This record gives sequence, structure tokens and C-alpha cells, in this order.
Amino acid sequence: MSEIREVPPAETKDEPAEVVGQTGVQGMLRRRLTETTTWTFLILLGIVVGFAALRFEQFATVFNFRNIAADASGLLILAVGMTFVIITAGIDLSVGSVLVFSGVIAGKVMLALGGEGWGAIGAGLVAGLAAGLAWGVVNGVLVTKARVPPLIVTLGTLGMALGSALLITGGIDVRGIPLQLTTTVGIGQLAGVPYVVLIAAVVTAAGAILLSMTRFGRYTYAIGSNAEAARRAGINVDRHLIKVYALSGLLAGLAGMVSLARFATTTIGGHSTDNLAAIAAVVLGGTSLFGGIGTVLGTVVGVFIPAVLQNGFVILGVQPFWQQVAVGAVLIVAVYIDQLKRRAQERGERR
Amino acid sequence: MSEPLLEARGIVKSFGGVRALRGADFAVHPGEVAALVGDNGAGKSTLVKILSGTLAPDGGEIWFEGRQVTIPNPVVARELGIETVYQDLALAPELDPAANLFLGRELVRPGPLGRLGFLDKAAMRRQTNKAFADLGIGLQDSGAMVANLSGGQRQSVAVSRAATWASKVVFMDEPTAALGVVQSARVRDLIRRVRDSGIAVVLISHNMPEVMELADRIEVLRLGIRVTRIRAADTTMEQVIAAMTGALGNEEVA
Repeated sequence: MSEIREVPPAETKDEPAEVVGQTGVQGMLRRRLTETTTWTFLILLGIVVGFAALRFEQFATVFNFRNIAADASGLLILAVGMTFVIITAGIDLSVGSVLVFSGVIAGKVMLALGGEGWGAIGAGLVAGLAAGLAWGVVNGVLVTKARVPPLIVTLGTLGMALGSALLITGGIDVRGIPLQLTTTVGIGQLAGVPYVVLIAAVVTAAGAILLSMTRFGRYTYAIGSNAEAARRAGINVDRHLIKVYALSGLLAGLAGMVSLARFATTTIGGHSTDNLAAIAAVVLGGTSLFGGIGTVLGTVVGVFIPAVLQNGFVILGVQPFWQQVAVGAVLIVAVYIDQLKRRAQERGERR
Repeated sequence: MSEPLLEARGIVKSFGGVRALRGADFAVHPGEVAALVGDNGAGKSTLVKILSGTLAPDGGEIWFEGRQVTIPNPVVARELGIETVYQDLALAPELDPAANLFLGRELVRPGPLGRLGFLDKAAMRRQTNKAFADLGIGLQDSGAMVANLSGGQRQSVAVSRAATWASKVVFMDEPTAALGVVQSARVRDLIRRVRDSGIAVVLISHNMPEVMELADRIEVLRLGIRVTRIRAADTTMEQVIAAMTGALGNEEVA
């Protein structure tokens, strides 16, 4: 199965293959320069340089960058999962609610086990991850087997997960999170790097490797690019999509734990726009809403543009509400450029 | 003549009230090019989809290497050694040619990384370049997305994918429809080389000169039934067209 059957060669010419190899490098460079990710990375760089030029002492400090990264860590974890979903041409609106639901389950489990000690924390972590995974599987099964569009499925589970969290808690945030969790993972650092940033970095690196180097990632792109072709090539499209939504749910569960650790409470009301923030970050990072295109690295850039803007505006004394205006504008410009490129490509197809 | 490699007997398929196939027969032998021709709506594409596992028939039998089989999905067809070049090519436009050639059959790295699903992209790229070189396809930029290739180049990718993987039968649905003169000639060369290696080629084409040039045998479908099967050497284009349009009547010419 894994070996190519030899077709009797024509007059085998080795030259074409070599020519392909040489121009391949140039082609790769050219593609890099036209990628949306490159542009948004330059925008991020410009923003950082701009703030650094205006308020170097306050902005360009290790302390400040550490804060920006710690604040962005939860969103980054959500956005990594969202990247996979959007590359399949899907969407997951439920991540913020699933985050809250998982946090509530984890908090309740930890309280039930005495509210302290690493045993309780471990059990809470497992319960929170399982809760997130379960919602992801529900999303995936409904999208693939019931054939309800992902926008509607995840809008439905957005309400169901948040409603369930409110029912379980009676609308009151769960407190009494184990102190060990908040003092270590929540505010602790390893060699000057906050634990939450380390967790987000590990998730991001794992996500980037999974997407770009493995069969799982290849199938994710193929399904977003042409689901019917993937099906005809023998890929189990439904099973893979369920896995992708499950991954998004699992990471929402993990983000729920990170949120618990940082805030020592479930912050039920604080995640209603997490889904849109994650989608915006993914799209800013060059992932196409039409599927088939995108990178985790781009998503990292997309997460940090709003985060740096927010931070910089606070330092400058600009009303931080401007951040939302600026991010909205950048988002529209990014998608506009993507559209322009697609139109140019479609013209090219009619050659 | 030898026993058929793949044979369809009395295949029936309806779409709602439309009877696309009304007991169609078809056979292809090892090492021959069998052209499946017919006017629009004759049921050619439906028959190909049934024999390549993308459509389930309502009735009839499929025989493969002397035993009756069912082909419920494309994976089973692939395991039997049957590959198809679809009319819509079935490529993933956002992936590069190597990724498309190996779609669903990705090579993984040796050792534990491979078990984790890590792709061996270098090996896939190398084998793809070799497959293209054998076909005489020169791509300027083998890392480019398929969406950025010309129509002919995309067709070449689809054809070389099927030719690379097929071990028994290749279905080619209009393989040269979008190609220029030079590339058409190359695909025709490839079809002959695939046949000479002992593989059965089923050619679906509207291009009658191409059919007369390539085919060893011609089977004509009309209104969902096979009306004629004939050796290409024993007939003329006019006769085949007459059979396609019904001017010849439903006689069997063996």
C-alpha cells in the first residue's frame, strides 16, 4: 500500500525534476511574502515598535511583556483549537461557554474532594478536561452525523454549556479553588516565565507540530480544502471532524483550568466574547474562513495584536475601548486582503 | 478473449424517477483500453461511479477477477486496485501536488515518529517529482498550491495520481478534456504505458478521434443500456456514433 507502483518510464528526463527543485525555493519565498500571516506579523511588529518608541520605559520591559503574555495565555489556548476548526471550514462558537462549564465542573470536583491538595487539583483537572472534551464530541457528532451547520450547532451548545454551568452553580461563581493551584500555576513562574504562559506555549507548539507535520494536520487541511476529494481518497471525514471539534473542546477545558488558576474563581460572566476573540485572532493570523489555509503561528500573531494594543493604549492613557475599534478595523482589512487574493486566484484559474 | 477483469452485469440505478441505468452491462479485460462511450445522459458517469464505489447500485452484479464483489465505498475500490480520475478531478486545491498525489495514503517517517503520524514530506515530494518526470510533466513550482496551477497541470496531477496507485483498473472520465495538444498527447502516451504494464484502462470520452486512436475495444451505452461492444479495429467512427445515437439499433456485435 505504501509503495508507489512503478510506471514504465517514458524517456526519463531528470532535468525537469531538478528545475522544479531550484525554483521551489524561490517559489516558497515568494509565497511567504504574499501570505496574510507575513503582513499581520509586520503589523504586530509595527505596533510593538510604535508603543516602544512612545513609552519605552513602561512598555518595553520584561515585566510588561510577561503580563501581556500571561493575559493572552487563555485566549491563545482557545485560538489554537479554533485554528483547526476553521481550517476544516467550520466554526466553534461554544468555546467560551465550554471554558466556563469545564471550570465549574473542575471547581466543584476540587471542592468535593476537600478543596486543597494536589490530589484534588489532579481530579479537578481530569474532570474539567473531560467536560470540555465531551462538549467537543457533542459538537462534532452533531456537525457530521446530524448534518447541522457548525455555526448553528455551536451556537446551540454555547447556550447549553453556559446554561448548564449556571444551573449547576445557581449563577454564583464557584470559590474555594485550592490555594496550591492559584499560588503555583496561577501566579507562579519558572525561570521568570509564568506557568500559564508555559502551558500556552506548550499547547501552541504541540498544535503547530500536529497541524504542520502530521497526518492529522494534513487531513485537517484536506477536508477544509475539498471534503468530497478527501472522502474519495478514503479519509474518514466524519471521524476526523469529530476529533477536530473534540480537540477544540478539550483545549477549552484546559483554558478553563488556566482561568481557574489565575482568578481563583470560575468567572462565569467573563467569557461571553471569548469565542469571537478567538475567531478574530485566528482570522487575523491568516487562516481562511473558507477552509484549507491557516497556521498556528499566524494565530499566535493574531492573538497578540489585540493583546499588545490593549496594553499599549492603557500605558499611553488612551481609552482602552479604542482597542476594540482598532482590532475590528485590522480584522476587516485582513479579510479584505484575503478576498482580493482569492479573486486574483480565481481569475488565474480561468487561464 | 480472456476472462474479464471487471464486469458489470445488469446494473440498475435510478435517481428519483429518472432511470439512469436500466440493466447496463460492461466488461474490461487486463491489459486493454476499453472505451465507454455514449451520448450525454447515457449513464456513463453513473456506471463509473458505481464501479469505483462512490455510488451504490439499485440492482445488478459486479464481478472482479472471477468472483462477485460489492464496492460500497472508494476505499474498497482502492483495495481491489481500482483507481479513478474523476471529471471534477477531486483534488484539494489548497494543498500542493505531492499532498494531493498521496492524499489518504500519506507516507510517514520510519520509527516511532511515524507511528505518531509524522509525515515523510521529503519522500513524498521526491516520489511525486519522479512520477511527474515519468509523465513528462514539468511543474515550475512543485510546492505551489494546486489552485495556482493551470487547468492542464491540475489534470496532470489527477491523472498521475491514478496511474501511480492503480494495480488493476484505471477509470479515466474525460482525462484530456481540459488539456492542450501537447499535454493531451502525453496523457495518451501514459494511458498506453499503463495498459502495456498489464492494467486495464477504462476511457470515458466524448472525443471520438481519441477513442478510435486509443481504444482496443469500445462499449457503447445508450439510455442506460449497453447497445454495442466491438473491437476498435473492426469498426469505424461513423458506426460507433450511429450506435450512440440509436441509428444502428440495439444489436450486439461481439
